[in-house]
Amino acid sequence: MIPGLGALTQDTLWCFSQLKGTVEIGATEADIISTVEFNHTGELLATGDKGGRVVIFQREQESKNQVHRRGEYNVYSTFQSHEPEFDYLKSLEIEEKINKIRWLPQQNAAYFLLSTNDKTVKLWKVSERDKRPEGYNLKDEEGRLRDPATITTLRVPVLRPMDLMVEATPRRVFANAHTYHINSISVNSDYETYMSADDLRINLWNFEITNQSFNIVDIKPANMEELTEVITAAEFHPHHCNTFVYSSSKGTIRLCDMRAPALCDRHTKFFEEPEDPSNRSFFSEIISSISDVKFSHSGRYIMTRDYLTVKVWDLNMENRPIETYQVHDYLRSKLCSLYENDCIFDKFECVWNGSDSVIMTGSYNNFFRMFDRNTKRDVTLEASRENSKPRAILKPRKVCVGGKRRKDEISVDSLDFSKKILHTAWHPSENIIAVAATNNLYIFQDKVN
Amino acid sequence: VGGLGDVCYWLAGDTQEKEGILPERAEEAKLKAKYPSLGQKPGGSDFLMKRLQKGQKYFDSGDYNMAKAKMKNKQLPSAGPDKNLVTGDHIPTPQDLPQRKSSLVTSKLAGGQVE
Repeated sequence: MIPGLGALTQDTLWCFSQLKGTVEIGATEADIISTVEFNHTGELLATGDKGGRVVIFQREQESKNQVHRRGEYNVYSTFQSHEPEFDYLKSLEIEEKINKIRWLPQQNAAYFLLSTNDKTVKLWKVSERDKRPEGYNLKDEEGRLRDPATITTLRVPVLRPMDLMVEATPRRVFANAHTYHINSISVNSDYETYMSADDLRINLWNFEITNQSFNIVDIKPANMEELTEVITAAEFHPHHCNTFVYSSSKGTIRLCDMRAPALCDRHTKFFEEPEDPSNRSFFSEIISSISDVKFSHSGRYIMTRDYLTVKVWDLNMENRPIETYQVHDYLRSKLCSLYENDCIFDKFECVWNGSDSVIMTGSYNNFFRMFDRNTKRDVTLEASRENSKPRAILKPRKVCVGGKRRKDEISVDSLDFSKKILHTAWHPSENIIAVAATNNLYIFQDKVN
Repeated sequence: VGGLGDVCYWLAGDTQEKEGILPERAEEAKLKAKYPSLGQKPGGSDFLMKRLQKGQKYFDSGDYNMAKAKMKNKQLPSAGPDKNLVTGDHIPTPQDLPQRKSSLVTSKLAGGQVE
């Protein structure tokens, strides 16, 4: 198994590595993880939760003594990013839940990330301090001012080592630009701008300027009664700083080029799979709504997630996806109850591995699925406490659809729909994945021989 | 007649794709049986409007006080389940609005790992 190539071959075995968080009894709603993201080197792993908090884990340096264990992730920094607010003018309650975190590429010793709730994006700087000045003339060791009359000699303050302190400070607050709820943020490859998307509009920001943003997409109809679709996700192309995509609740994707008009309401490309009209039902539009869109690392493909499938599209082919993977097709016969308990509106995310050869997405019952695009093999794994022994190999799981249920299979009716894996992340170059299961964060790695 | 046609379709053991229609349609029928007043437009604007309205909390102190005066000793009708968009006849009371408080507690993810 060559490190860095995330191929899902017969030899790939996933093992439990770490589990963060408490047992369910002590969990509150604030603890529900709402976003997970590795930084560009994979050294840092950030999580955001419903309580508006961010926790950043850092991978420890690999030691020569522990060759069987790749570096583990330990808490590096944690801070309150957003707080609940009430907009009195609009009678609108603004949740502190962190919808998305996106890292900026590292340019100096400090780390920068963007975190957003429904209305406000913030740029956070996370930096280390391991020295502090000592030997002030005008202050004593406790920081109290000294009476200048008592000072008889002068000394030069020196920097002395101190215990490592990691500080997180909000460097920019980008507020008041979104009437509707922000669902996505994406850092541009120029590292100078980023975009934020809400249900009806997408804005372009410069990192240095907080009191202005450019509106680049506006799909709000003049008459709200004519509203038929909303923006569900948006992302910049990984290399072309003028290109971005956004997905809609109708299952379509639009690619826009900012070099053309200033307002990108007219798309450059429009991706839609034709629907067989005889298949149409009450649920068709709801389950076709795209909950996540992600460019491949290469920039040649986009992946979309709707309620039942993951699709891969070639940027050069707009009329249909090149690959479609069934995540949990057995849910088709459960749509009525999934509509009643609102699960049909769950927004699952999807991720690429570092080499774009394997894609991963979550499901219910704390199951998550991986699809190898080359071998066409797929696997269902489970994030559960029972399989949480160090280096325990995860056993593939199987859902029984009908007929006789085998011993280790689970029937559709036994699935726990409250245990949903909406957020996952894949290390940029290694086979390390982070899976958020409600209030717990699981880290899995492939087996090291 | 249409129903009979569907049954024959299924019994004929048609292609995988055609068999796939049946579950969704059956589920749709189940839903319409439970909620006959469900909108004609399939899964459309109602959901979108609900999505856009997320977080909206209405309270009119004028309505509230007038209703209190009118009702005198009787109980005020309280807010229905959260799914309702429009307040209609019921008057939201301060008790209906859940208390919001920020979480100043450190995340449990940062409180040491369980392994």
